[in-house]
Amino acid sequence: MIPAIVVFLYLAIVIYIGIFAFRKGKTSGEDYFLASRSLGSWVFLLSLFGTNMTAFAILGSSGLAYQRGIGVYGLMASASGLVIPLTIFFIGTRLWALGKQHGHMTQVQYFRDRWECSFTGTLIFALTALMLVPYIIIGVMGGGQTLEALTTIMGPDGKPKMFEVLHNGAVVLEHRHYVSYEVGGGMVALVVMSYVFFGGMRGTAWVNTFQTVLFLCFGTAAFILIGKNLGGFDTLVQNLAANPKTAPLLTRARIPVEEFFSYTFIPLSSIMFPHIAIMCMTAKKASAFRKTVIFYPICIMLIWLPSVFLGLVAAGQFPGLKPGESDDVILRLLTENTSTVLAGVLGAAIMACVMASDSQILALCTMFTEDIFAYYGGKERFGEKAQVWTGRIFVVLVTTVAYLIALELKDKAGIFELAIRFAFSGFAALAPVMLAALFWKRSNKWGALAAVLWVTLTMVGTFYLYEITEAIAPKPGQPPVPIFPALGNLLVRTPGNITIHGYLPVVFMVLGSALLMVIVSLLTPPPSAATINKYFPKNN
Amino acid sequence: MKPLRPWLLAALVVLIYALHQDFWNWDRIEPLICGFLPIGLAYHAAYSLLAAALMWVLVRWAWPTQLDQLEKSEARRPEEKDHNA
Repeated sequence: MIPAIVVFLYLAIVIYIGIFAFRKGKTSGEDYFLASRSLGSWVFLLSLFGTNMTAFAILGSSGLAYQRGIGVYGLMASASGLVIPLTIFFIGTRLWALGKQHGHMTQVQYFRDRWECSFTGTLIFALTALMLVPYIIIGVMGGGQTLEALTTIMGPDGKPKMFEVLHNGAVVLEHRHYVSYEVGGGMVALVVMSYVFFGGMRGTAWVNTFQTVLFLCFGTAAFILIGKNLGGFDTLVQNLAANPKTAPLLTRARIPVEEFFSYTFIPLSSIMFPHIAIMCMTAKKASAFRKTVIFYPICIMLIWLPSVFLGLVAAGQFPGLKPGESDDVILRLLTENTSTVLAGVLGAAIMACVMASDSQILALCTMFTEDIFAYYGGKERFGEKAQVWTGRIFVVLVTTVAYLIALELKDKAGIFELAIRFAFSGFAALAPVMLAALFWKRSNKWGALAAVLWVTLTMVGTFYLYEITEAIAPKPGQPPVPIFPALGNLLVRTPGNITIHGYLPVVFMVLGSALLMVIVSLLTPPPSAATINKYFPKNN
Repeated sequence: MKPLRPWLLAALVVLIYALHQDFWNWDRIEPLICGFLPIGLAYHAAYSLLAAALMWVLVRWAWPTQLDQLEKSEARRPEEKDHNA
């Protein structure tokens, strides 16, 4: 129970930070949603990074490394370490400048003004909001899983105590927990809702900074202690290499070359996630971006390298777990290999990453209040105070709905699959739209509309194909299955994805989006000269 | 600081992007770096550091000057009392 008490203490601290931020705040919309664009460079770096670190980064990466090996680091971490800072450098800095110059608070506000469009903006709002929701659900699910795993009832030998349970007429042995998934998820949802409700962007940024520091400090300690307790990492790795079942995990044998390449497109999604784009507008000075882009790849390495490596270690310690079951291996290692107090502190640190759904919730409410409420006259009619309160009510609604869905989807979808399928590919495919808006004068609303429709259709299409091929999906380690045998290997079903000639759909989604943006813009009239001059002044 | 030619920086970015596809490490476990990191993992850890170095180069030689101008003009405006978060 000690780890749980430490985690509860941590949750109390983050609520306090939210309330403290509330006291420091003003009543304006810009203050609640953007912390008055006043974040200093270290807070900006750590909160932006913390915002990107989710349950997916910690639990998903170690769970996936358990199944697929070291290649998971290259798939996601090192590719992200290059692409995300590049997008922050080229796109994030421009969004910051536009926000300062024109007062924009969301991407849709910018698109609407840049391309003189209302409908396309609303469409982009709807699409991005829909794609953000699964991300929020993942946060709640991760919270439930983390608290459940940290409060596993232990026996006198320090190992999880097994209880006899009747399942379909047969007696099976399973663990029990002081805090169930349902209660844990509910507590996380409530805590996140509280500090976002009170603290807005300032509270969220401070909590994210606190969380990132906590994880970076104690994550390293966990890594070293687990290694020591298990007799040293060199011995563990040699044992893995000597076992024919686990040796492939130390190579990229379980990751096809085409898939490895495809994943370099996924990090394009980062800057298109509304919470990241909005966070780029919170920096006080442009110089905050300098530090951020340089240190970002190092921060990614510090978090992902131990997570992926511990996933490998877990493959040797707890063999035979299925994809859904391997998501909490890092927590199992923690509870079995560290002291109870330290396990609690480290659990709190993991919880820190898991709770990154705060900024997504805030982003969704910023989008709703700015792109819908204010845009359609609500701010003018009811005033700025009402706008902020509308945002707060929206925070409560979104969190409650996310929690209910997380309960319903328990055990039905792995954290990683859910995130990839619904959000990452779609957001990555929207990156060409943002690039065109920022760097290509001639781009227009029709090009953007075509690209957004393409993204929507391809997402729905791949989801449909994924669903109808569930029955023929191969198990991990088995070869992919052609979906339409007449087309050969053009469209195939792998254990976790649909691939097109071996490549993930995201590659074609991004390229198609870019192509449509260019062709349709060239075939239709450009925005007015006044708008072009506004965004591309002659002296620049 | 004199900006480097854009094509040179673009070529550097493309080169580093290409280095991500280290097919030569695909099926190798050894050498184990520091005694426990398989070469494929150690390579990508080093790649993360290379990405940081690239960003340092871009910040130093390709920083958008209009951002600094905007920052200066912002500083010239009468400062509102804000909460420095």
